[in-house]
Amino acid sequence: MLHGKAAVSLIALGLGSILYAALPQVPAAGEAVVQAAAKAATVKIDNFNFTPPTLVVAPGTTVTWTNDDDSPHSVREKDGKFKSAALDTDDTFSQTFTAPGEFEYFCSIHPRMTGKVVVKAAGS
Amino acid sequence: MADRELPGAANMNRRGLLKCMGWAGTGVLWTVSGGVPRSLGLLGEAKAAEAPAGNFTFLQISDSHVGFDKPANPNALGTFQEAIAKINAMPTQPALIIHTGDITHLSKDKEFDDADQAMKALKPPVHVIPGEHDVADADNGKLYLDRYGKGTKGKGWYSFDHGGVHFIALINVFNFDPGFKSAGLAKLGDEQLEWMEKDVKGLSASTPIVVLAHLPLWTVYQEWGWGTEDAPRALSYLKRFGSVTVLNGHIHQIQQKVEGNVSFYTARSTAFPQPAPGSAPAPGPMKVPAEQLHSVLGVRTVNYVHGKSPLAVIETPLGA
Repeated sequence: MLHGKAAVSLIALGLGSILYAALPQVPAAGEAVVQAAAKAATVKIDNFNFTPPTLVVAPGTTVTWTNDDDSPHSVREKDGKFKSAALDTDDTFSQTFTAPGEFEYFCSIHPRMTGKVVVKAAGS
Repeated sequence: MADRELPGAANMNRRGLLKCMGWAGTGVLWTVSGGVPRSLGLLGEAKAAEAPAGNFTFLQISDSHVGFDKPANPNALGTFQEAIAKINAMPTQPALIIHTGDITHLSKDKEFDDADQAMKALKPPVHVIPGEHDVADADNGKLYLDRYGKGTKGKGWYSFDHGGVHFIALINVFNFDPGFKSAGLAKLGDEQLEWMEKDVKGLSASTPIVVLAHLPLWTVYQEWGWGTEDAPRALSYLKRFGSVTVLNGHIHQIQQKVEGNVSFYTARSTAFPQPAPGSAPAPGPMKVPAEQLHSVLGVRTVNYVHGKSPLAVIETPLGA
């Protein structure tokens, strides 16, 4: 599925997209990650942090949070637009973002843990 | 640790000694005497909890995290049951028991059921407040409130009187300001604070006050969110009282502080210890060698002696 999409953008958009699609999706510390070519993205919850802290995705992307900590965590949008139950170790929570926008969220158990999902079309 | 003096309030003519036991225990036994709760010692020294006639003791348990099964304690329900068995074996039963939250680990129905079942074995009445782990269901605490919210105000807060002492059970796990807006500290919220102001209005200033809340009502460690942002407003309503004792859980270790007429205490967990503030990159379950686990879990008993001496607080490790 992912390969298919990457190939389509290669043909349609040329070299810039090839480089873009080939970028490793490993964030540098504190840096936003653009995963525009994918329709799925992940956020790790590890050592009381959401990584990456800011995730940039295209509309239609499903974001999955995975709790890698021994402590339970939750994912709660600041105005309650989406929220998970408490996630035990290895539990996941997914949310699909259809409309562009910025979504700030936090862990309701450890509210100092915060993160952000930015939904925008690639290139915009 | 060295003994430390508890400064008495203006209307008291005796000062109580508080034994700072570090961390160890299943709960804390309190004696209230002359309006100032003070620790009697650890559960293993339960003899000290035998209060003279007319006085009473109450017991605090906290942070049982039923459902937790990670290396820091593979059986948190088991250590909770052990704590309960220890309490039941006390020669003099406390008048009442307080659970200061984090009854469960993940706010699951099964965890609440298991905890309820365990607590049914306790003979004295049990008063509970939630920790943030008890309201972490996707419905924002509905499971907790359905179970324990009957007869309470707002989102579960309440007060009651026993033996001349006024107990106020506050909830500070619902109104967290996420870290991007604030320090990520707990909050009591306006509605609860307004209720509290009215609740204490008619009380005489000589009424001993015991306040319960899950997160500390003073900032133990801001970096880890171990404090309550609007606690100063709550405490401002209690300024005129001669004796105010604040009992918290949440941090799974004993910390204490005396400020004017107010004595603050945090309790041990019955499940697992947490690192001392700032001693680790993050808070969370701390694994200690298995043979040491019981020495860092505990209960607290408080002894109320009607008269002129302070409340006595006893910390009791599970392993005692």
